[in-house]
Amino acid sequence: MWRDAVLVAGKDLRIELRAKVALNQVVPYALVVLLLFGFAFDQDRPLLEQAAPGLFWMAVLFAGLLSVQRSFSVEASDGAIDGLRMSGLEPAGIFLGKAAAVAVQLVGLEVLLTLGIVVLFHTRLAGAGLMLATALISTACVAAAGVAYGALSMGLRVRETLLPMLLAPVLAPVVLAATQAWRAALGLSGGDGWRWLGLLGCFAAIYLAGGTIGFGALIEET
Amino acid sequence: MPSPRIPATALPARSTLLTRALGLSAIVTLGLTTWWGLWVSPPDVVQGQFVRMLYVHPAVATMCYAGFALCALGSLGWLWPRLRSPRWDRLAVAGAEVGAVFCLATLVTGSIWGRATWGVWWTWDARLTLTAILFALSLGYLALRRAIDNPHSRSMVSSMVAMLMVLTVVVDHYATQWWVTLHQNTTLFKPSPTIHGWQLVTMGMSFVAFGLLTAWLMVHRYRLEALEERYDNEGLNAALTARRSEVTAAGAGWGLPAATGPRPVTSSTSGDDAVGRPGAREVATR
Repeated sequence: MWRDAVLVAGKDLRIELRAKVALNQVVPYALVVLLLFGFAFDQDRPLLEQAAPGLFWMAVLFAGLLSVQRSFSVEASDGAIDGLRMSGLEPAGIFLGKAAAVAVQLVGLEVLLTLGIVVLFHTRLAGAGLMLATALISTACVAAAGVAYGALSMGLRVRETLLPMLLAPVLAPVVLAATQAWRAALGLSGGDGWRWLGLLGCFAAIYLAGGTIGFGALIEET
Repeated sequence: MPSPRIPATALPARSTLLTRALGLSAIVTLGLTTWWGLWVSPPDVVQGQFVRMLYVHPAVATMCYAGFALCALGSLGWLWPRLRSPRWDRLAVAGAEVGAVFCLATLVTGSIWGRATWGVWWTWDARLTLTAILFALSLGYLALRRAIDNPHSRSMVSSMVAMLMVLTVVVDHYATQWWVTLHQNTTLFKPSPTIHGWQLVTMGMSFVAFGLLTAWLMVHRYRLEALEERYDNEGLNAALTARRSEVTAAGAGWGLPAATGPRPVTSSTSGDDAVGRPGAREVATR
């Protein structure tokens, strides 16, 4: 399973490296979203500082949706998914590999977005350990749930509209918990960020376990 | 794998004496709840007249949970290979739709009550937020079902999504215990309820009334789903019969042997795109 996961992750990352869709389209889109948030808050600096963690994770959510759609549009074109189905690779390995590829792209994006909130929203970074752990676990949640729902909606006529509708409510608790953990890490709230991190860990375990178990049935049915 | 055929006599097409009695009981008990809730039950010492929302909101919220629990039960039944049957899928879709309706009613009545007691239509409280997420999940579940044409795939995929939805129901239910929230804790279902007299009686009646309404809605939605399945299957059969008659008539006209008996249907003989293309008739009569 792990060998299959590495193979699939390598394949997806090589495709992205050659096509550069994530670099040329998803990253600029996420940065534009940050800029638009600035306009929406009328460049109110104290308010932007307070809201920065939430805006950051909203931008990650939007970009994550694009990454997941991209990950499965590659498989949907020219019947590539049939090749994956018949390749003999374990479905759990395919799931973990695709999730890992999406997660690697999102981690790169999050580094750039962190620079974005420092520059645009004047965020002063603090609590690096909690911020990093939150980012890694939240990214695992977004990637795992995204790949599971991406597979589910892959063969449908209305996948472009259905995927955000299905995925956004599923990831809403992740965005909430990640925002609260970052607020605690940045000293913007008095809450215990590590408790929110524990909640994120539960979500990550559920999404990863659910995806690993159900991915085979999902790609067979869609 | 195609979904098993639905026998034409699986369910009566119209309501039965039992379902009519269920509907009538729901109307009577809802009438009693309205009467006792608006005229007989006294105003509350703290909440005044707004306490009358107590006779709608908790019962509606409980029926929302019941609907989603039935959806999860149906989905689990479908996913369990030994139990797999279209009946479970019908139960799941009926539960999800009834749950979604009551979830919206919960949000609306809760919002009205919140405005009266907290002074705001909405607050970012754990219970409220999770209920809103649950409603969004149920809309996604129903949209997903509409997007998949193949009955087996639809049942399989939606059953898996329903399993995640029921987790949200559990977290939503315990939200008032796990987090500090504005939402009050359980009033009725505990060893010593914190309401008494007519308030307790009326609240109990509201649960009976909305429970009967939920049962009535579930039965009819289940039946509607069965009728839709029957329509789909019989509609296909009628179309195939008509097409075979057409082919037989055309074969006779061209001096070809008449088509007899059922045979496998391929995309080239059943699709509309075969008609009008050069050689389509030959393909259809082969």
